[in-house]
Amino acid sequence: MVRSHEGPVRVMVVWCPDWPVVAAEAGPATPAAVVTRSAVVACNARARDHGVRRGMRRRDAQSRCPELVLVADNPDRDVRAFEPVLAAVEALRPGVAPLRPGLLALRAPGRFYGGEEHAAAVIAEHLVSIGITDVRVGVADDLFTAEQAARGAEVQGWLVIETGGSAAFLGDLPVEVLDDGDLVGLLQRLGLRHLRDLAALPARDVLTRFGAYGAKVHRLARGVDPVEPAARTPPPDLVCEIAFEPPLSSTEAVCFSVRRKAEEFVAGLGERGLVATAVLIEAEGDDARRTLLSSRSWVHSRWFTAGDVVDRVHWQLQATPAGVLVGAPVGLVRFVPETVEPAAAHADGLWGGGTDDRVDRGVARVQAMLGYDAVVVPVRQGGRSPADRQALVPWGERPTGLRPPDLPWPGQVPSPAPTRVFLEPWATAVVGPAGQPVTVTARGAVSCVPTRFHSGSSTGWQPIDAWAGPWPVDEQWWEGGRGPAARFQIVGVDGRAWLMRCEGGQWWTEASYD
Amino acid sequence: MSSIPIKSPRERGVPDGAVVLRLQERIAGMQDGVPRIPVATHPALSGLLQLRTGGAYEVDSASLAMMLLAVPSQEGAWSAVIGADDFGIEAAAELGVDLTRTVLVPDPGEQWLEATAALVDVVTLVVLRPPVGVTERTASRISARLRKRSSALIVWGTWPGSEARLSLRSSVWSGLDAGHGRLRSRRVTVAVRRGSAPAREAELWLPAEEGPVRRTAMDLPTRTTLDGALA
Repeated sequence: MVRSHEGPVRVMVVWCPDWPVVAAEAGPATPAAVVTRSAVVACNARARDHGVRRGMRRRDAQSRCPELVLVADNPDRDVRAFEPVLAAVEALRPGVAPLRPGLLALRAPGRFYGGEEHAAAVIAEHLVSIGITDVRVGVADDLFTAEQAARGAEVQGWLVIETGGSAAFLGDLPVEVLDDGDLVGLLQRLGLRHLRDLAALPARDVLTRFGAYGAKVHRLARGVDPVEPAARTPPPDLVCEIAFEPPLSSTEAVCFSVRRKAEEFVAGLGERGLVATAVLIEAEGDDARRTLLSSRSWVHSRWFTAGDVVDRVHWQLQATPAGVLVGAPVGLVRFVPETVEPAAAHADGLWGGGTDDRVDRGVARVQAMLGYDAVVVPVRQGGRSPADRQALVPWGERPTGLRPPDLPWPGQVPSPAPTRVFLEPWATAVVGPAGQPVTVTARGAVSCVPTRFHSGSSTGWQPIDAWAGPWPVDEQWWEGGRGPAARFQIVGVDGRAWLMRCEGGQWWTEASYD
Repeated sequence: MSSIPIKSPRERGVPDGAVVLRLQERIAGMQDGVPRIPVATHPALSGLLQLRTGGAYEVDSASLAMMLLAVPSQEGAWSAVIGADDFGIEAAAELGVDLTRTVLVPDPGEQWLEATAALVDVVTLVVLRPPVGVTERTASRISARLRKRSSALIVWGTWPGSEARLSLRSSVWSGLDAGHGRLRSRRVTVAVRRGSAPAREAELWLPAEEGPVRRTAMDLPTRTTLDGALA
């Protein structure tokens, strides 16, 4: 540990209040709160004005402030959103230690910025310029005091506790700042209202009465806790970009020029034992504002090689409307690895694995012709209608958000499944013996026996040979449909079977047992 | 060659059609100098049809196409379905198609021919629903590619110069009555027609109520004679 000859290391803490709400990008103008299933995790100042508090039950919060915008809690999002803040501070002063999302510590920069106040002002200003409007800075001898100083600072302001002034500053604070409910309750019952009262106790008595934890709190309260924040190692910069001078206006020229950079990009990942399975490719224009011409995420069924990256650039630029590309030459192409995984997790098994290489190449050619999502992999999923029971996942993407197929799914038509499932059901007419339209009542009964049907595609009316149903459709009745709905299996006299849906008197042919 | 009964098939009690079929297959297998490898064909069609690489086969319904895909797909072959946006995925899985080795190009639009050519290069079986009015010339371009790349084409529709045409002659659903029951199984007559020869027929459960597609019990005698003829 390097200590300067001027004295002990000073600590600066940068605090962004209500970080979960800021990370959720809820604007400061509307009251917003981040909630778990039952309780409020964080809320912004507007919500606090209405009486919403941390730890409050969700329902109570809504009753105090009906227009409260609720955002689901997502710790990953908080961490992800805090990353640019860390990087921004790191750009000014290396050795940043993230304490938790919304709170970071660093050794207070002093002389370089001409004093701690100036340094705090520079950092606050820099963070405001990247869009973090509520930021507070505290500087003190130790971490705990610096954090309390930051909490005491104004919006976009700072509070500097002079060397040796920690104890005096902390002494005025109530014991609630210790943020440990049990301990705070105990101290209050003992009549210790302020940190001053706690600090005044002899250290040895605190140790015998409260143990090691109490002794640590006692040191905090006296402002003599020597813990230094552990600085993080900045993550390696895996993003690669290549600028074209002069800018290129043809796709072929761009692809030719990015090849070497793509190889560097993949090799750079490889040096760290990583492979990219998702890559964001961005192309920027050459004008002063660096207009983003196209930006797209690509996912690979295995991982990206340099050739794959170049292919994706080609498809992406070709897919951009031709007029845009002609009008705006490409000045810069950037590769951002979105998902990287250890290469070991993708090693080939002893007998091969994953998808067939040859198939991958053939599919890539079709994707190049027709577009990325033209080639799909069929997947079964759960659902009630035949169309719901299947899903098409673009080649290379992992299926997400599928419904489990093995649940009962009441109301589904039993197997065998129809061999043709129409994307757009077509309107059909089904009538009874006297020519009256067949409908389904609210209780799921059929108004009369269906005897003939006329579907849009076939020729004329066809008598019905056999039919079964109704299988009532119970889905989304709360949406207010066009009345009771049910599905029927209908076999015409020609021996062909159809799956039809009757909804509020209108019939639709959904699928065919071809 | 001596085993082929050319001179007097009737005396040996062998149906003409079976011999002709076998001869045609042997001739077809020797053309072009490229060996035409048999592709696993559904056992329910034994004696009616043997898929071979390089061939185009017409079918007139989705269930027949799925049935032809099922066995090769279970044995590890990749398959592609082009131009069929209403391909029932659940039915395909029920009929035995391995979905993990199936790719779909639901809407190739104008470029269906290029997409087919690209996929013929890499997968064993391609199901294609072409637009109407495919010319002989287009078809022959694809056929040349099929032979070279050792894959077979199943055309859901019409295709000039196809090797065989499978169609459903009759279909009777069971398990359904006026207002009760449900579709359970279907008894179909599958006709396989090669060129101008008379169609060969077999009666199948497609789908069967339980288990895979199979010949109906009534059809069994026919099958034994056919098998005997081909043995």
